[in-house]
Amino acid sequence: MAKSEGEMTWKDLEIGAIVVAPGSARQYESGTWRSQRPTYDFTRCIKCGLCALYCPEGCINQNEDGYFEADLFYCKGCGVCARECWPRVIKMVEEVE
Amino acid sequence: MVTRVGIEVSIALADAVKLANPDVVAAYPITPQTHIVEHLAELVANGELDAEYIPVESEHSAMSACLGSAAAGARTFTATASQGLALMNEVVYVAAPMRLPIVMAVANRALSAPLSIWCDHSDMMSVRDTGWIQIIAENGQQCVDNIICAFRIAEDRRVLLPVMVHLDGFNLTHVIEPIIFPEQEKVDKFLPRNRFPLPLNPDKPVAMGDFAPPVIFTETKWAHEVAIRNSQKVVHEIWNEYHTAFGRQYHPVEKYHSDSAKVLIMTMGAVGETASVAIDEMRAEGMDIGQIRLRLWRPFPFKELREAAKDADILIVMDRSISYGGPGGPVASEVKSAFYSQAKKPKIVSYVISLGGRDTTVSDFKGIVKKSIEIAEKGSRNEYEIYGVRE
Amino acid sequence: MEKYAVYVPRLVKKQENFAPGHRACIGCGEALAVRMAFKALGNNVIVANATGCMEIVASQLPFSTWQLPWIHTLFENPAAVASGIEAAYKAMRRKGVELPENTKVVAIGGDGATSDIGLQAISGALERGHDFTYICFDNEAYMNTGIQRSSATPFGAVTTTSPAGKKSFGQFSWKKNMPEIAAAHNIPYVATATHGYPFDLMAKVRKAVDTPGPAYVHILSVCPTGWRSPADTINRQSRLAVQTGMFPLYEVENGVYKMSIDLPRLRPITDYLKGQGRFRHLSDDVIAQIQKRVKLEYQKLLEKAKYGSKTTKRKSRARTK
Repeated sequence: MAKSEGEMTWKDLEIGAIVVAPGSARQYESGTWRSQRPTYDFTRCIKCGLCALYCPEGCINQNEDGYFEADLFYCKGCGVCARECWPRVIKMVEEVE
Repeated sequence: MVTRVGIEVSIALADAVKLANPDVVAAYPITPQTHIVEHLAELVANGELDAEYIPVESEHSAMSACLGSAAAGARTFTATASQGLALMNEVVYVAAPMRLPIVMAVANRALSAPLSIWCDHSDMMSVRDTGWIQIIAENGQQCVDNIICAFRIAEDRRVLLPVMVHLDGFNLTHVIEPIIFPEQEKVDKFLPRNRFPLPLNPDKPVAMGDFAPPVIFTETKWAHEVAIRNSQKVVHEIWNEYHTAFGRQYHPVEKYHSDSAKVLIMTMGAVGETASVAIDEMRAEGMDIGQIRLRLWRPFPFKELREAAKDADILIVMDRSISYGGPGGPVASEVKSAFYSQAKKPKIVSYVISLGGRDTTVSDFKGIVKKSIEIAEKGSRNEYEIYGVRE
Repeated sequence: MEKYAVYVPRLVKKQENFAPGHRACIGCGEALAVRMAFKALGNNVIVANATGCMEIVASQLPFSTWQLPWIHTLFENPAAVASGIEAAYKAMRRKGVELPENTKVVAIGGDGATSDIGLQAISGALERGHDFTYICFDNEAYMNTGIQRSSATPFGAVTTTSPAGKKSFGQFSWKKNMPEIAAAHNIPYVATATHGYPFDLMAKVRKAVDTPGPAYVHILSVCPTGWRSPADTINRQSRLAVQTGMFPLYEVENGVYKMSIDLPRLRPITDYLKGQGRFRHLSDDVIAQIQKRVKLEYQKLLEKAKYGSKTTKRKSRARTK
């Protein structure tokens, strides 16, 4: 997206203000909202993927080793993954900026 | 070979819709539009019209279904009147900025309260600012022709705006008139498939109807305004093409003996034809009077109106609705505003007539003209005049 | 490690059609439910969305969270808009327009959009028998406008328009039974689901969309902001709602009721109520009232399901004869 909404002119808008770039909200860094972040002890992880299923943001993906890890660009620090992780891999710690 | 058929205007309108071959018709019955939707149902049931007929449960849902249908890329039609138009008001406001090419016939009927099933333009005025293209018909032939043009105008890529065709409830919808129907093959050529450019389709996902924060809202509104202004020349173009194909020409402001007339009456809708008879009689008596009839209500034809009335000293504007507590005749107030900036402007007299279906006869018109000329010379205590109130 | 590998990724599609980067509250149960529902549906879906939380958080001009064809118009009309889209596709297909095969239309709305302002449009669309699915994401109040009560707000809950005070104990009416209203329209499929039971939710949404004709799915979505509960307990709350009988999970297929989960004994509702700030003010009297009514409603539902299973058994016995 070249221009921010503050810079867009009326001519930049698509007809009827239709948005033609699906999923364009992916550029929004919702990770700036959090006050706690998930930390991982992957020795316990069994790669069940339940944390990825239960994440309201949908930001948990498998890393190169196949373990499930939250994408901190989007992670809002709700802690649902830590709650649902029954092998207790995930621990929420306070976010220090 | 031209065949003229005597047919009720509602039925003729439905037949014209059939000629246009819509894909979806959403219908909710309301007097006086019922014959239109009934005949469309018959046509679909007989297989004469291949369309999905959605008998919705309210006018709000009728227009909402039209939004969905037009967004999916289908040719869409609905019809309503007065209370129905008022009920779907918020949806009508949504259709135009979303640029969905819906065609709607409005059988003008007075808005409650008190309940009235008879004709006036209060329903038309309630959707004045919705941003739709609005065309007024005065007789059955104009209804048929303009419904066909409406589909072409709405779907034109340079326009992509919904179009309303207004016709007087009962005075037009329930009268039998002689109508020439264009042939199906010629209409098919005039109205080819012209699909919405960004429809809802899983192969190319789009998101329609995002909310706009203040930083960008004004731009979306201006884009709509520019679109509707630019649509006027397309409307003219399409009317010219219709004339070439079918022999009948339409203009945004129709003139009747108005060139160089000193006194002009301005009307909208079927009442204009009665006024024309009065004009003929007054001219036969030697009066220098003419008539202009507004055909294109939105986008408002400022240039054509100013041009049509440039020689007039007095312009008497007939309204069939009241803007209460305000300028009275809404059309008159728009006409006044059209002339405000001009160096030479006629004296404009605003007359409210024919509310809730009351007839204004030829002799009534003569009386109105006489009174208006007096008012134009001597002025009036009132912002506008109303005709025929029993005191 | 392959033996233990990948349970969820094998059962659930990876693509996020409700993409991250949306502006839902931290720990939003509705966003989770929407995400799960659309994972079950894939790409060949058109979505008509009512005004509400999910619409606002996902569609700020000029962005969109949705990776599906999506339309939002007004608050009370997604069912009518969906009717229009379904009819349009039907007509266009008949007239030979090139369209993808088997595209499904889904209308979604919150509890306010469904059981209050949008009830008429839904009733009309269900009665007309359009081939579409209506999914209600029920967070039990008008959350997007600031937690005002709706007819889906449970008895006794505090909202800004049903506050607890000297003269009131909160919501004064019992939660409107929207799945029953949908079932009363004699549609082929009605189901209730919640995000605490994700595989059940996804299976039901899939089934609803695959069922020809109208289908209705009612999904309880925990709102930690509105319910005043900790963000990380959304799934626990959702499961407790089911296990206490406050929100039973069931399906109604062509009028036959079927429970989705066998609960030999219901947990006391205090287990559910105590985790949420919106019930904190309730006196023991009111809680007892609620407990009694929940048990009664659950019993009624079990009766219907029992009758349902008898008729299906009768049918199957007749077939094998």
